[in-house]
Amino acid sequence: MTEVTLRPALDPAVISQRRQQLLRDLPKERLAWMLQKMCEIRYFEEKAEDLYARGLVHGTMHLSIGQEASSVGSIAALRPDDLIIHHHRGHGHTIAKGADLKLMMAEFLGKECGYCRGRGGSMHIADIPGGNLGATGVVGSGIPTAVGIALALQMRRSPQVLLAFFGDGAINLGEFHEALNMAAIWKLPVVFICENNQYGMSGPAKTMCAVQPLSVRAIAYNIPGQTVDGNDVLAVYQVTQAAVERARRGEGPAFIENYTYRWRGHSKSDRNVYRTQAEIDEWKQRCPIARFKQALLEAQVLTSAEVDAIDAQAKEAIERAAEEALACPEPSPENLEAEVYAP
Amino acid sequence: MSEADVRELTYLEAIREALTQEMRRDPNVFLLGEDIGVYGGAFGVTRGMLEEFGPERVRDTPISEAAIAGAATGAALMGMRPVMEIMFMDFITIAMNQLVNQAAKIRFMFGGKASIPMVIRTPAGSGTGAAAQHCQSLEAWFINVPGIKVVAPATPYDAKGLLITAIRDNNPVLFMEHKLLYRTKGPVPEELYSIPLGQAVVRREGRDVTVLAYSVMVPRALEAAEQLSREGIELEVVDLRSLKPLDQATIVASVSKTGRVLIVHEAPRTGGFGGELAAVIAESEAFDYLDAPIRRLAGRDIPIPYNRTLERAAVPQVEDIVAAARALAQEGR
Repeated sequence: MTEVTLRPALDPAVISQRRQQLLRDLPKERLAWMLQKMCEIRYFEEKAEDLYARGLVHGTMHLSIGQEASSVGSIAALRPDDLIIHHHRGHGHTIAKGADLKLMMAEFLGKECGYCRGRGGSMHIADIPGGNLGATGVVGSGIPTAVGIALALQMRRSPQVLLAFFGDGAINLGEFHEALNMAAIWKLPVVFICENNQYGMSGPAKTMCAVQPLSVRAIAYNIPGQTVDGNDVLAVYQVTQAAVERARRGEGPAFIENYTYRWRGHSKSDRNVYRTQAEIDEWKQRCPIARFKQALLEAQVLTSAEVDAIDAQAKEAIERAAEEALACPEPSPENLEAEVYAP
Repeated sequence: MSEADVRELTYLEAIREALTQEMRRDPNVFLLGEDIGVYGGAFGVTRGMLEEFGPERVRDTPISEAAIAGAATGAALMGMRPVMEIMFMDFITIAMNQLVNQAAKIRFMFGGKASIPMVIRTPAGSGTGAAAQHCQSLEAWFINVPGIKVVAPATPYDAKGLLITAIRDNNPVLFMEHKLLYRTKGPVPEELYSIPLGQAVVRREGRDVTVLAYSVMVPRALEAAEQLSREGIELEVVDLRSLKPLDQATIVASVSKTGRVLIVHEAPRTGGFGGELAAVIAESEAFDYLDAPIRRLAGRDIPIPYNRTLERAAVPQVEDIVAAARALAQEGR
């Protein structure tokens, strides 16, 4: 019998070793950009909560507060023309991929000037020209679609790579298995990123998934699999980059588990009865933004004044986006049928 | 071109020719599905195409209908024109999430900023003794989903022309083939031609009863018309061809003319497309011309049985159409 072992994209020892080196080697602007995006995500979602509480939002929202390192670290490993497909908890990916904050906020508010002209809302923000091929609201649905996107890249001999984001809840769907197998046999240029925030809606990944860590699933598809500290933006960046460049070389997909935690409830109706406040508080101590700020200060990449300025600018950018978005017109319900089919 | 110059092809060959010619014309068109390569497809539709186009464009997949549909959807989102094959329409159930929640929704949900130009080819229908899980006609499900178009050709000529149109359409198109039609022959021009979606055709003119049919029910209705003609009852047979978009004008004109309408389909009666057709007529000006109630002749509300006699009894046959149309022609007179 052949012994099968997990093939990580990157040796865990290498990750910690290279961490300090990355703080030295990555351009200061790049590191500052990462912090800026993480702050923008945090403030965007806090603003979203605020607007919701004030009764200005029709519909629901799924916040990724506490998971900012997962989206930013992964997407930081991409080239600008690389692509993403993601899921309903997708504000972070959208911002990290370079979305216009006003258009995003306008979509969240259901306005005509929003990315999807108010037809999609928080769960379905797409920015096709920006390489964000959209968020899907049915858990796991983006995974088979990702196979097709990557197939098109391969058939056109494109150097682009696709990141496909989904949560821990998605990997128990049949679609996950079908898609990973297909991507693996065809060696498609896609990196599957499972953002394990530890709960589906209320179902804990620890009890809902038969195998731990989740990245062990990669063995079944003969692709590299790795679990990474999803609250460490530099660790996420390194592992994703190794997998992305491997995919770009034509060596096929990889499966990465960003182990993180969702601070807020699943959506607005969540009373958090399936977990303890102590657990939530404990994870708040591992705030990915605070950790990154500290790392940047300790490595003397940024001064404390620079960190504060980035933070303040992010907050200000979100405030401005919200103000402008609130002033956008509502869409008209007339002639919607004409939009269903492409000419 | 004169009549004599037009070749005869089978329905199956006409589909293969449409696929082949479109693939030669447009490098974005490719096929994916189970056993479509070396095997040539479960019914042989793609036989020989692997040799011409290679395994990248005639792509054998694992038995993974959800991933096939996802692969088609994603590739279409990128501007490719995939034609995916679902081996039996029954298996489309596995792919429903990708088709209904992704392919059909992406354009609208993303504010009209994306399109999904793909075709789902699949053989539907009974008559082959394949029983309950290989014989269904599931068109009504898809007709009720905004974002998908549904086409069901009855002749080789239409199969080629409608498939070419479906491939060039910028939306997901469900292209329903019928197993019993694969071997039927008819004239098919060699050149590329396209038939617009949403255009029904009057296959046979008649004054007494309009029969609305599609797919395999068209030849059955024509045979019934032939038989009833000997009794002096003239049926007007309308082949819908495209179920969504639907050619309401042709339906309304024909029913207004005859004053009697029999709707025929193979899918089960309850919740079937016939109910929608009846409503379209009832809501139109044709209602004022009706001399008898709108009648439906559909599949019985049962799974398709295996036994030959039981299977025949499950869906409308020529003699059923004859009986129903004859009764309708005499109703209220």
